[in-house]
Amino acid sequence: MWYLCVFYHRLLDYRKPEVESLAELFGAFSKGEPTNNGDLKSNCSNSLEWKLPEHHHPDSPFHLVSLPSEEIARNVANRSILVKGIFELWGEGSSLEELEESIIKYPDERKQPYLTSDSTFKIAVDTFGKAISFEEQNERIRSFSYIPFKGRVNLKNPDHTFWLIETDNYGSSNGLPPIVGRKVFFGREIGAADRKLLPTYQLKSRTYLGPTAMDAEMAFLMANQAQAKPGRLVYDPFVGTGSILVAAAHYGAMTMGADIDIRVVRDGRGPDCNVWSNFKQYGLPTPVALLRADNNLPPWRSGLKEVFDAIICDPPYGVRAGGRKSGGRKLLKGVIDPYTVPDDKRTGHIPSTAPYSLVECVHDLLDLAAKMLVMGGRLVYFYPVLRDNESADTTFPEHPCFKLVATSEQMLSYRYSRVLLTMVKIEPYTEEIELAARIKHLEFKENHLKWLEEGNLHSAVFSPADIHLKVSGDTKIGKESKGKYRGKYV
Amino acid sequence: MRLLTHNMLSSNIKGVANGFPLKIEVEKVVAKEVDFNIDFLKNMFHKVEWKALAEASRTMGYAELPEKADAAILESDDFLHKFHHALLELHLEEGALVCPETGRKFPVTKGIPNMLLHEDEV
Repeated sequence: MWYLCVFYHRLLDYRKPEVESLAELFGAFSKGEPTNNGDLKSNCSNSLEWKLPEHHHPDSPFHLVSLPSEEIARNVANRSILVKGIFELWGEGSSLEELEESIIKYPDERKQPYLTSDSTFKIAVDTFGKAISFEEQNERIRSFSYIPFKGRVNLKNPDHTFWLIETDNYGSSNGLPPIVGRKVFFGREIGAADRKLLPTYQLKSRTYLGPTAMDAEMAFLMANQAQAKPGRLVYDPFVGTGSILVAAAHYGAMTMGADIDIRVVRDGRGPDCNVWSNFKQYGLPTPVALLRADNNLPPWRSGLKEVFDAIICDPPYGVRAGGRKSGGRKLLKGVIDPYTVPDDKRTGHIPSTAPYSLVECVHDLLDLAAKMLVMGGRLVYFYPVLRDNESADTTFPEHPCFKLVATSEQMLSYRYSRVLLTMVKIEPYTEEIELAARIKHLEFKENHLKWLEEGNLHSAVFSPADIHLKVSGDTKIGKESKGKYRGKYV
Repeated sequence: MRLLTHNMLSSNIKGVANGFPLKIEVEKVVAKEVDFNIDFLKNMFHKVEWKALAEASRTMGYAELPEKADAAILESDDFLHKFHHALLELHLEEGALVCPETGRKFPVTKGIPNMLLHEDEV
């Protein structure tokens, strides 16, 4: 059945992937058969059918989506972060008169169950790209006298909520290209995002924060992409202060995290301000494990595989925080010859760590995920993209075990964006893949300096602006070349 | 550190062929209550190395786990609760994990195992 799906007008690239991940989580694609490899491959390509209202831009907040049942629609909407509401559409039109006609035509047997005398209801008015006064809203609500509501009005806790949503032929004020003509929707609310989560979990209420803690909204979106739920085990190899795992734990998943910085995972800022306390403050179960480990040389036993249901992380890509790996900074540079730590100094020895290039980091992450994720498990992580070379199509990391199912861009500055990648494991981890990864690992070690220079994003993001812009001396050129349409980056 | 973690870790020092299971040196063990999730337990049962878990739990002072266990035992509620306790509730708060081959100690402090290798072990 088709439903009207209205989004919050933000993080536009993240909206449909979230709904599709949740639809899968709540069984929209399951055919009730046991899953095997073949099913996995076909399953993960299952995306929902979407339609746009006539003349609407793809970035419009209004979409029509086909979902198998009202129950699934409700579950998806209630768990989502970006769905303002999923509605059973009773009528639409370009004017209130057309809307009336359309509502009257809508089959009575679909309307009657929600108009009965023993139920309570409320009508809400919402707009996009325009404002209407309180009086006008009341007038619009009163005009619905042609719908035979028998129930009592209850504004606080109604059984059924109906929405009148209007858009206008607005200009560029909301960042979208103008849509021709006015559009009015009327529908019954099935479910809506619980955005109250966000103030509860906002970072400024968090006791222990690091410089790159993930903001709450994004962490919840990541947990939804990863389909976190009770009984599932979620791992973050760059856990830091645990800001991503907090969201996964909120949805009931068991969590596990590792970090190379022992001060963060072990000490924090004291007994009541550390990674554990970040979970306790919300009454969430603390992670089943926190450990200090290096993503480059993970300490997992050799026979261990397919234990995590999802891996969610924000790898260090060297812009706000740089990655580190074990092996000795000077050793890998070749400045000094291999040495052994004297026996009497081993106990308290603090190993020297070396910088970790993004390419190597992502390679290790994909290899770890390919091995440690269950079949059908999800790898959800951020990947940085420079925005200068807009002509060239961005290529994302690939791996024979994975299928990329969603890419969602978030612009961070004029120079670079980060893209949330969602990959699903569709092929088992074989010995050949393991061998290839080991060879690549050694290649990275031998050519340490080369990889560090090639993968350096920091200079690309922070170096002074291009010279030709300075010479022209006209900042307008720069601004105009950006293009007026910025809807994608709202 | 819970025994679930212990069961997943090994010593990955260069040249060590069999770094699993790590021996446990106990200084302080605490028990922390964890919500019982039967699906998670049944799932994890097939992933853990049983012998290592049973041995580790004995080292931690909990001798209730049988020497051997096959899938049929999952029907027993009593067993599941013992398995739950050993896997998720016993914590090594202070101590060390010892590499079975080289004797290298990976310290566990405030419940966090430090698995980072020295430069000459990579």
